[in-house]
Amino acid sequence: MQISDNWIDIAYLISAVLFILGIKGLTKPKTAVRGNLLAAAGMGVACVVTLLHRDIVTYEIIIAGVIVGGVIGAILAKKVQMTAMPQLVALLNGFGGGASFAVAAAEFFRGGHPDVVGIIATGAAVLIGAVTLTGSLVAFAKLQELIDGKPMGFPGMKVVNALLLIGSVVAIGYLVANPGTPTVFWALAIAAAVLGLLLVLPIGGADMPVVIALLNSYSGIAASAAGFVMGNSALIVTGSLVGASGLILTQIMCKAMNRSLTNVLFGVMAEAGEAMDQDEVYEGKIKSTSAEEVAMVLETAQRVVIVPGFGLAMAQAQHAVRDLADTMEANGTEVEYAIHPVAGRMPGHMNVLLAEAEVSYDKLKDMDAINPTFEQTDVAIVLGANDVTNPLAREDKGSPIYGMPILNVDKAKTVVVVKRSLSPGFAGLPNPLFAKDNTLMLFGDGKGAVVDITTALKEG
Amino acid sequence: MDFVSQLTLFVLAIFLGVELITKVPPTLHTPLMSGSNAISGITLVGALIAAGSDAGLLINVLGFIAVVLATINVIGGFMVTNRMLAMFKRK
Repeated sequence: MQISDNWIDIAYLISAVLFILGIKGLTKPKTAVRGNLLAAAGMGVACVVTLLHRDIVTYEIIIAGVIVGGVIGAILAKKVQMTAMPQLVALLNGFGGGASFAVAAAEFFRGGHPDVVGIIATGAAVLIGAVTLTGSLVAFAKLQELIDGKPMGFPGMKVVNALLLIGSVVAIGYLVANPGTPTVFWALAIAAAVLGLLLVLPIGGADMPVVIALLNSYSGIAASAAGFVMGNSALIVTGSLVGASGLILTQIMCKAMNRSLTNVLFGVMAEAGEAMDQDEVYEGKIKSTSAEEVAMVLETAQRVVIVPGFGLAMAQAQHAVRDLADTMEANGTEVEYAIHPVAGRMPGHMNVLLAEAEVSYDKLKDMDAINPTFEQTDVAIVLGANDVTNPLAREDKGSPIYGMPILNVDKAKTVVVVKRSLSPGFAGLPNPLFAKDNTLMLFGDGKGAVVDITTALKEG
Repeated sequence: MDFVSQLTLFVLAIFLGVELITKVPPTLHTPLMSGSNAISGITLVGALIAAGSDAGLLINVLGFIAVVLATINVIGGFMVTNRMLAMFKRK
């Protein structure tokens, strides 16, 4: 059966509306599940109607591809651990970029669009698609710890990147003048793929939230470019929605680190001021404590705020934390969670982990909501977070992290920091919080320490 | 569709996207990302046309690759988003 292009376009319009309603649903936890289903329905409409397109003459390849992709996708979605969500999203970003790349390549070799706009769009889809694909694979490898998460690079890397980018643009220009040159096409594809690798390799672990958000945006823009190539409204609209989404998240992440996007992508941390001597900050001022002592403090606390960081995810301690919170609540203590925007390895990562541990979402407070309450908080428990609690960001104008918004945990009456050692966080700075008069350090494995506190609290 | 209408759609959709996404609370940022991953799997539409056309082996191979990758995005993205969102409860 075949239907006219008009009907296909109307169906695409319906699916675009469903996507928009779907994203709108995501603005509230209550409507979010339904929103996701609406978006999925939109995808269903778009796919079914496309199968009736007159250019489609055989279905064998399509069926094979959908089965292979569907099985892989379903397995990934079912098996992934919540702690590994950043890796999965990185991988899916990459696949999205790869798909747009392949679609643009197919359109190029079909030679259907010799006009200037079509060729430029093809070039853009190939460039952005390939950068997204290889860049995301590097991000995935770093997050999965297949390769070292530390920044990697070589002298002159920026020059090489600039040359690759200029070369890609020149290649697109050449294709506009000579549309039928496959060698130039492949040269463009290879340059873009290498560029993607080199752009993400120098970016370190704690900057991953920015990179993932940015690659998310790229995958949308690549889809949009593919839409320009094919003259397909569904792709254009949907791709730009996703592109906008990624850009906003990127912006939020950058703001939460008080760094510009260029600084994250091309700079290391700013090297303002002289290096602080760790011994000088900590010497003689660190108070080490025990689980029993912490339990005694918690027993009389009216209000406790838990500050989770990436260490919580690493230790898989989210369920243990929930147990501790339950015990305190049974004791009549008010418990809330303070979530810094860049806690974890992707936007919202901590919220998902705590939701998995069945923490009610109205107890997860963002930075602006929780900061004014620390002064009325008896105990703040910092679990695997470091730089986002460092008072230097507020007080020391010479510090590289000065100006970064932080959680004001030091304003709480007592601060308990659960940490393996005094080692610095990603910024490589000592944290004067650890040396404050009202801070107690509980050294040990995050999960073990939390379990010990809970046991002591129950016995006490 | 001519270039100017395409561009119009593109620009308007970006503005709409910005308006919508700024309203998504930080709590839901991870599902937002996996959900938008799924939605960007819309490339599947282009992939289906390439995979099912009679334009030659190379086109079909590229189309097949695109169908596989985009389907992983669509199925994986929507399923994992659903799994995550089901965890967000108020007690």
